[in-house]
Amino acid sequence: MAWIAVKMLVGDRAKFLGIVLGLTFAALLITQQGSIFCGLMLRTCAQITDITGADLWVMDPSVRFIDDVKPMLESALYRVRGVEGVRWAVPLYKGQARAKINPNVAHGNEPTIIEQVVLLGLDDATLVGAPHPNKIYAGSLRDLRLPDAVMVDHSRLEKLYPKENWADLPRLGNAFYQRFLRRQFEMNDHRALIVGVCEATRTFQTNAVVYTTYSRAKNYAAQERKILSYILAKTEPGLAPQAVARRIETTTGLGARTSNQFLWMTIDYYLKYTGIPINFGITALLGFLVGTAIAGQTFYNFTIENLKQFAALKAMGATNGRIVGMILLQAVIVGFLGYGIGVGLAALFGLRTANTELAFFTPWQLLPVTAAAIVLICILSSMLSVQRVLRLEPAIVFR
Amino acid sequence: MVGEIAVESGERAAMGGAAGGRVAIRVRGLCKHFGRGEQRVSALRGIDWEVQTGELSMIVGPSGCGKTTLLSVIAGILNCDAGQVNIFGQETTRLSDSARTRFRAAHIGFIFQQYNLLPALTAAENAAVPLVIAGWGRDRAVRRASALLDSLGMGAKLGSLPNQLSGGQMQRVAIARALVHEPRLLVCDEPTAALDHETGLNVMNLLREQAVRPDRAVVVVTHDNRVFHFGDRLTRMDDGAIVEIVDQRRGAA
Ligand SMILES: Nc1ncnc2c1ncn2[C@@H]1O[C@H](COP(=O)(O)OP(=O)(O)O)[C@@H](O)[C@H]1O
Ligand SMILES: [Mg+2]
Repeated sequence: MAWIAVKMLVGDRAKFLGIVLGLTFAALLITQQGSIFCGLMLRTCAQITDITGADLWVMDPSVRFIDDVKPMLESALYRVRGVEGVRWAVPLYKGQARAKINPNVAHGNEPTIIEQVVLLGLDDATLVGAPHPNKIYAGSLRDLRLPDAVMVDHSRLEKLYPKENWADLPRLGNAFYQRFLRRQFEMNDHRALIVGVCEATRTFQTNAVVYTTYSRAKNYAAQERKILSYILAKTEPGLAPQAVARRIETTTGLGARTSNQFLWMTIDYYLKYTGIPINFGITALLGFLVGTAIAGQTFYNFTIENLKQFAALKAMGATNGRIVGMILLQAVIVGFLGYGIGVGLAALFGLRTANTELAFFTPWQLLPVTAAAIVLICILSSMLSVQRVLRLEPAIVFR
Repeated sequence: MVGEIAVESGERAAMGGAAGGRVAIRVRGLCKHFGRGEQRVSALRGIDWEVQTGELSMIVGPSGCGKTTLLSVIAGILNCDAGQVNIFGQETTRLSDSARTRFRAAHIGFIFQQYNLLPALTAAENAAVPLVIAGWGRDRAVRRASALLDSLGMGAKLGSLPNQLSGGQMQRVAIARALVHEPRLLVCDEPTAALDHETGLNVMNLLREQAVRPDRAVVVVTHDNRVFHFGDRLTRMDDGAIVEIVDQRRGAA
């Protein structure tokens, strides 16, 4: 009977395409909106995921998310280092600074550019939290220890140097960034010398990210008295970071989280206090509803239009079970196709937009979620169809 | 199950002995109404009726007199309000829904006025459907159906879809489908109503030649008086009751 079900399904091309398109649309919308949502959420904690090497974040106990910086006393660092199970602990400064860029001398009397930047001060000795070497487009991390050295995130460089010939970038690639090395600007009247251009994962903020050392960050952020924003720590091998985090909390009174906990804490904060999840949730829900409506309606109509055929099969002795099996098989086929094409299109969309400002991240969990949604649509619409067929009097074949 | 089998052998002995074949169908006190209140229609008002094997029995009468309803109840696709239907010793009115479905699959062939072919299947595939329902594999079923279609003069149209066939050709496919699993009872509702006169006669001729067998009963419902003479026995209905039974074979002899 399976082959009859398949032939019935694909026999009417237009209707078949209609059902598959409806499901494709639903799958596409759910995956795409979901990916954008996940992409945005990841941006909220980009500065957590960017920092590798350390597995613990220690902070003021009242910190709720990564940008909620509450400086601690320098002594906190030594207290954390003294906790059993902590292999090492280093300071991290995270704050704002104002960059003042004197226009390129060659351009004559241009007005000075002033831009707010995110300043990250890394431990002088270890540079824990620095960009990964393959994310450094020009210059080198070693040079960050030179006097006044800073490394700048490439994505917002254009804001600092708008007069640069940015049209050359696509042609030259990373070689383009060479020209910025050894350029200077000022932060808080202190000289900053660019020794590298790197990639930092994009955040929500539009500000450029500037890396420097912890001790130098003090100069650049003079308006603040305490500058120890976070302590990055590593647990001793063989110990569970979670357990060590709890120990830090009880012995120092500070807040301590594993990277993963801090990441989820930050995401939770954004989920709770911004409209992002609601807005995207609504769009994804709408996609689901529209997809359900289209696919479900088309599939249900398809069954209704085939009711007389099913009635003939029933009259000829096909049991309800086998007819339900036929409908379910048809639903599985269209669901599978719609899911595959929809997710494929979403992936294409993701690839096409990979190098743009668009936040797009498809965690693998999104795929089973989409699959479940499509299965749900198929089950709902085929349930409607099935109960019509079950109630069907085969006697209508004589009408 | 054991009880049913016992009934079957007993009934069979009691039913034999009529002129020609054995009693294939015995209907007793069949009542069926549709709707309720003002809309209530009594479609069958206590029908007693018998059909012999080896005969083509025709049910005739004006439109709305209950012919289709009677045929549907006999074929086990419509439940009656009262009465019994006994087919080859099996009291089908007592069977559960699923048992009756299996009974239809094994023993009954259907021919509909509207053909009811599956539009997505070829002629040969359509004719093979009862075998597929019986659990045959696709290839074997289609091969058997093709051979039968060939003997019905449809050998050139095996791969055609229904919308590529004429009415007469579609009804031939329907006949093949009704006979392919060699059922013991064939029920046909207005098989010629959608056909022109000549095609209708051809289809009836084919039915007589191919369907009537000593061990099979054929029941044809029609209000097309130009084909009445194909029936061995003519049962005339009016307003849900049988008003006359004419044995045409004896009359002809
Ligand atoms: N499903 C139904 N619902 C309501 N009334 C019906 C239904 N089927 C048949 N009837 C009524 O029962 C009567 C007999 O119908 P039917 O058996 O189709 O007659 P025939 O086949 O002789 O034309 C008619 O009055 C018809 O309107
Ligand atoms: Mg009728």
